Amino acid sequence: MSGRTVAEKILGRAAGKPGAKAGDVLEVTPDVVMSHENTFLVDKAFEQFDLERPWAPDKVVVVLDHRSPANTVQTANAHARIREIVRRMGIERFYDVGEGVCHQLLVEKKLVRPGQLVLGADSHTTTVGAVGAFGAGIGATEMAGIWATGETWLKVPETIKITMTGHLERAVFPKDIALYLASRLGPSGADYMCMEFSGIFLFDISISGRMVLCNMAAEMGAKAAIAPADSTFGAWSPECASLNSGACTSDPDASYHDIIELVAEDISPMVSGPDRVESGRGVEEFEDIEVDQAFIGTCTNGRLEDLIAASWVLKGNKVATGTRLLVAPASKSVLSDALSMGVIQTILEAGGTILPPGCGPCLGAHEGVLASGEVCISSSNRNFKGRMGSEDAKIFLASPATVAASAVKGRIEDPRRWLNVDL
Amino acid sequence: MLTCEGRVWKFGDDVNTDLIIPGRYLDNYDPDHLAKHAMEGISKDFASEASPGDVIVAGSNFGCGSSREQAVVALRGHGVKAIVAVSFARIFYRNAINLGMHVYQSPEAHSMFADGDVISLDSEKNRLRSVDGSREVMLADMPTRPREIVDSGGLIPYVKHIMLERKV
Repeated sequence: MSGRTVAEKILGRAAGKPGAKAGDVLEVTPDVVMSHENTFLVDKAFEQFDLERPWAPDKVVVVLDHRSPANTVQTANAHARIREIVRRMGIERFYDVGEGVCHQLLVEKKLVRPGQLVLGADSHTTTVGAVGAFGAGIGATEMAGIWATGETWLKVPETIKITMTGHLERAVFPKDIALYLASRLGPSGADYMCMEFSGIFLFDISISGRMVLCNMAAEMGAKAAIAPADSTFGAWSPECASLNSGACTSDPDASYHDIIELVAEDISPMVSGPDRVESGRGVEEFEDIEVDQAFIGTCTNGRLEDLIAASWVLKGNKVATGTRLLVAPASKSVLSDALSMGVIQTILEAGGTILPPGCGPCLGAHEGVLASGEVCISSSNRNFKGRMGSEDAKIFLASPATVAASAVKGRIEDPRRWLNVDL
Repeated sequence: MLTCEGRVWKFGDDVNTDLIIPGRYLDNYDPDHLAKHAMEGISKDFASEASPGDVIVAGSNFGCGSSREQAVVALRGHGVKAIVAVSFARIFYRNAINLGMHVYQSPEAHSMFADGDVISLDSEKNRLRSVDGSREVMLADMPTRPREIVDSGGLIPYVKHIMLERKV
């Protein structure tokens, strides 16, 4: 019998079937469930069960981040209703307006542990794979079913293993790896699969960078993505240093659907867009495109290391006339750290605008909606037509350094011209 | 069991949920409001013309992107009860089943039917055919669990039934 993948191990444990293999359909009990503003919809469905509270309120996380602070009266009413729900149901892990993006908080506040099963009513729940958890997105009605019974069904996915050899070149970031990978796999290249980032290259990639990779796996159709437990986790959470990592890593003889071996030197600063995430190519192919709005933030790239990378570019420079730079830190803690390090000051002096921690304009609800004909370069994960506002706006995706360089230039710009230090 | 008769709304590959229902409309959870903007990003006519019995026939990876369940609600608001696609993105697929939508994977239907074709779909016979009888495609049955959920009318009645059984 061949060894087992980490996905098989985690789902098998969550179902009480330790021998589970890819293809098995299991009844699983998640360790953590998360919903955001759509908790309103979860509750509307949950009401139909006539139950007072979720099966385990201590496993429920609720975050207000998508339209936060409220953008309309309707949203404000939904927020108010959600506050009432969490109070009444005894859901203590509730994060109100301004705390940050749900996926960021799951990791930053250590609400997830390696080896856990996390189900979130958000497609980017894959992000928690950065700390060795199996995170999959579901919808609001399914979340209501879990609130009622503590269970749902999942098919154990096959796994695609991603490794990389070599060294990343200057100004190449995890986002560039993700956009490169998306350009190779396409929007459904990992459909229904688990993507496992594995190998020695991960030692050079922080938890923050791993979150970028696992987050963007959703754009390739992945059910989950995971960077198995390793020594990096010790710094994230000291108790994880003594973790039984066998439960959170794949066996050496595990079987994979596919193994993709990337070569670091093949990857340069990437830009993708408009409309299709898989359209990424080297930044040099986009350099004549004028930029109206540059946005740094989101569950993909709104963390401290992203804001620092942007500040390296922005230090002593000014955002171009006619271009606006918006920065939404992924959490209050990121904002606070960036403030004490002088990063926020650098962004402000360059002419940037700081938005409250949260999803910002990523999903087109508020705080930077695009006008007809405008161009935005964004550190977020989706450039779909109409996502950030007008259907006639164009969205390009890139790393925070490329977004910052483009803000200064007023056109899409190669960050290598602005980052002369070895990273 | 589902039988429906209506027209085909044909779409290509990778139709994402921002095209099905853009995020800017999601403040308002009212199904009628969502239906009014259904497919706004990809079709000028769908929201004004789609009618009960119509079937969406799409390419691969239908419903990719956000987990927003309102994408299914917006389509259902027009009486669309079935989607036949080369393949589905996984969260959309689960959302559709959970809201009682019939979803079929078919490698053939997309090349066989054109936008505007008048068709009938019979979920018992697993058959999609043009009403003039000129074309017909047999649909593979839905996998067991999704089938059970859809046959119950969606996840809420399905789970209610399970809860009742456990009590007994």
